[in-house]
Amino acid sequence: MASRQFATFEVADQLFGVEVDTVQEVLSYNEYTPVPLAPPAVGGLFNLRGQVIAAVDLRVQLGLPRQSLEGPVMNVILRGDGEPVSLLVDRIGEVVDLDDEAFEPPPDTLGGPTRELVVGTFKLDGRLMLALDVRQAVDTYRATT
Amino acid sequence: MEDLGEIVGEFLMESHENLDQIDRDLVDLEQDPNSRDLISRIFRAIHTIKGTSGFLAFGRLETLAHAGESLLSKLRDGVMPVTPQTITTLLATIDGVRSLLAEIEANGNEGDVDVESIISAVHAQMQAPLAEEKASAEPSAEAAASNEPEVAPAPLDEQGSRPAPEPVEGQRRPLGEMLVESGAAQPSDVGSALQSQLEGDERKLGTILLEEGKAQPAAVTEALQQQAPKRSVADSAIRVDVDLLDNLMNMVGELVLARNQLVRGVMEVGDSGLVRSAQRLGMITSELQAGIMKTRMQPIDHIWSKLPRVIRDLSASLGKQVQLVMQGKETELDRSLLEAVKDPLTHLVRNAVDHGIEETERRVAAGKSPEGTLTLRAYHEGGHVAVEVADDGAGMDVDRIAQKAVEKGLIRADQVASMDKRDIMAMVFQPGFSTAAKVTNVSGRGVGMDVVKTNIERIGGAVSVDSTLGEGTVWRLNIPLTLAIIQALTVDCGDQRYVVPQVAVLELVFIDGQSTKIEYASGAPVYRLRGKLLPLVRLDGALGLEVGGDQGVYIMVLQADGRRFGLVVDRVLNTEEVVVKALNSRFKDIGLYAGATILGDGKVGLILDVSSLARRSHLAADSKESTVGTSRESKLATNGERLLVTAVGERRVAIPLDTVTRLEEFPRDRIEQAGSREVVQYRGQILPLVRLSHLLGAYTEELEGDTVSVVVYSEGGRSVALVVDRIVDIAENSTTARRDAEEDGLVGTAVIQQRVTELLDVRRAILAADPNFYQDSDDPMLVEA
Repeated sequence: MASRQFATFEVADQLFGVEVDTVQEVLSYNEYTPVPLAPPAVGGLFNLRGQVIAAVDLRVQLGLPRQSLEGPVMNVILRGDGEPVSLLVDRIGEVVDLDDEAFEPPPDTLGGPTRELVVGTFKLDGRLMLALDVRQAVDTYRATT
Repeated sequence: MEDLGEIVGEFLMESHENLDQIDRDLVDLEQDPNSRDLISRIFRAIHTIKGTSGFLAFGRLETLAHAGESLLSKLRDGVMPVTPQTITTLLATIDGVRSLLAEIEANGNEGDVDVESIISAVHAQMQAPLAEEKASAEPSAEAAASNEPEVAPAPLDEQGSRPAPEPVEGQRRPLGEMLVESGAAQPSDVGSALQSQLEGDERKLGTILLEEGKAQPAAVTEALQQQAPKRSVADSAIRVDVDLLDNLMNMVGELVLARNQLVRGVMEVGDSGLVRSAQRLGMITSELQAGIMKTRMQPIDHIWSKLPRVIRDLSASLGKQVQLVMQGKETELDRSLLEAVKDPLTHLVRNAVDHGIEETERRVAAGKSPEGTLTLRAYHEGGHVAVEVADDGAGMDVDRIAQKAVEKGLIRADQVASMDKRDIMAMVFQPGFSTAAKVTNVSGRGVGMDVVKTNIERIGGAVSVDSTLGEGTVWRLNIPLTLAIIQALTVDCGDQRYVVPQVAVLELVFIDGQSTKIEYASGAPVYRLRGKLLPLVRLDGALGLEVGGDQGVYIMVLQADGRRFGLVVDRVLNTEEVVVKALNSRFKDIGLYAGATILGDGKVGLILDVSSLARRSHLAADSKESTVGTSRESKLATNGERLLVTAVGERRVAIPLDTVTRLEEFPRDRIEQAGSREVVQYRGQILPLVRLSHLLGAYTEELEGDTVSVVVYSEGGRSVALVVDRIVDIAENSTTARRDAEEDGLVGTAVIQQRVTELLDVRRAILAADPNFYQDSDDPMLVEA
């Protein structure tokens, strides 16, 4: 039985997950440099061991108001295409082993920006985890209007 | 086995370095055939390779190196003269050695590289020295004659290139002797100083001389430095694995973060002793970080050093004479960038020798010196490293390029007249474009320049060309400073810190609101700089932030793209060396940032792109005049405004050229429908289209043809495209007969080129395409007037 590992995290009380091998690391950081005139989904830039990383505000990508960047915010740093990029999330969850059996496509009732970011739903004990389309999630030029 | 692998690896690395040096030395030797120094250095290097390859049982390599060595020994002993032929044979030998080494590196054995033919060529050269001499007497005499004036007098040269004398441990030359020798002190003074030392003066000799004013401090310092035992080359440099450096760099990054946390903690505790230690730690960390980053920098000479050989071989095979001049060898670039620039640069150099510089006879006929000059130049400029490849050859014929571009369907014949000379020349970067009259095996096949462009653009750089027919061509690579270190000013604006490359900064002015103040010319901020008006750009405004007050601010007088303007910032902090990091590709479109850097406190700072700021401010000035509908009279009053004249149906519609970002052609079938709008995918964005014919109520028949002409207008991250039937011309706006328009979408009409032309209300047209255009990236420079 095929199973995959997902790194999970919460945004606006919803559990999301990305496959573990797309994640470089997870860390909390509290100094972000805003980029004026950048697309709204760009939360800011931060310094990861000398590398400049763009943090994408997952809340904005999901059609929610911006995340407040006062104080530490959790980052899920994804390997990305050549350059790492970070997703700003509310809370980091566990790494879970999930059987492909637990997978279902996103429900038809799921609409809005979230629908475009989600590739499927995993049924966990007591709650649902939405698997993110990593590429879409970090695409800040995706029309969010 | 493992050990042997390591030995072979070391041998390979060392030999590659030696071979590169031999290449350069051989080319030098050709210029200076009498230099025994060069010959013995080459001899030693080949001898080393021969010895080691024998030890490692690479028999064929040993035989080949031996052959080369034998030929060299004849040159060294003066049995045979140094001729271009012998140099060619020796270079071929070196190439043979190189391919054997490559084979060994790839497969661990010598493979079946053909060495026999090279060896027999070497033998042929050695066995027929007389015949050879006869045959080569003519060219060598010629070479000698042409080189004579340039050859430095032998003794001087010997001194220059002689390796530094091995210092003898523990044995210093007396300071007095050195000072007398260099003429910095009189023997009698040194003598009396020595005498006073003997009499019990405990001061050092240098001190005595200095205090008695018998020698210059600089001379003494220099002598002392020379006195200190010098490090030999082997001691002063070691090889370090790049991965190790990267690793170190990351660790230093972590250290910086840890330091920051520590400093914050210490500040809270408030113990002054601890604060001092923390500050010291901070300083050391920053220096460590800067130091490690510099280790990745290498002078551009690393890639240039291979070029003399390339040029020598190429010019010899083409029967041309080319002199190579290199300026700015020491300009440093990150090694990853150097790697990326290497091939494009080599290509440009080959192209310049092949097509740029003419044959000797043609040069003479054109009244030029028979020897062409190829100049390589590297320097820092405006946050970039510029690398130029300039030749004094035939130059490029703009008309022919234009004609060819039209033939190839890259542009339309009617576009040519309106194109800038440089834009036409830039056509050579199009795939499949070659103006070479004939195809040689070097270049002229129409592949290459587009590859140069692609490669340079891949690393975020740009390539341009400028040429004057009959005088030469300059290819210019603008390489971003990704990881390069620049001198920069940090400034505050709003509550953020930004970085401005110092090269662009001319001066700083503090505005106190009394003796110095910002004035407004009909809403446009200006400053009287020594009696002349300096247009100002508010950084907060340009960045779409809340606009602050006019007092207690600083004006940075900046120069970029030949424009001078003042940038208003809240505070100027300090100058520092910053390491430029490439900005994530998703921010390229904003255009205002040249990159990012890590500031002293570990935070990311954005580096401003000064020329783009200048462009924007200029653009804003013009668009203010032509797009904001409040004062139509004044906006039309500007003379000399350049207009893009387009055809829409039967009508002629003019658009101020400065508001135009690009002109594009899209295939008709790429236009898609999104709701009621037409859009087209453009550079990863969705570009809304508006047809001017619809907007202006000039419903025309759909034109035949596969493409549509559009005028792209970009601001912030947004773009819209205005569809026109045809681009007609670019015209200077003369303010003859014009009147305000009653019609919607126009700001007026004017007579341009004897025809009534309508002036487009650009702002309105843009809003028709994208009603939100000015909302997100609300450009205050457009709106504030």
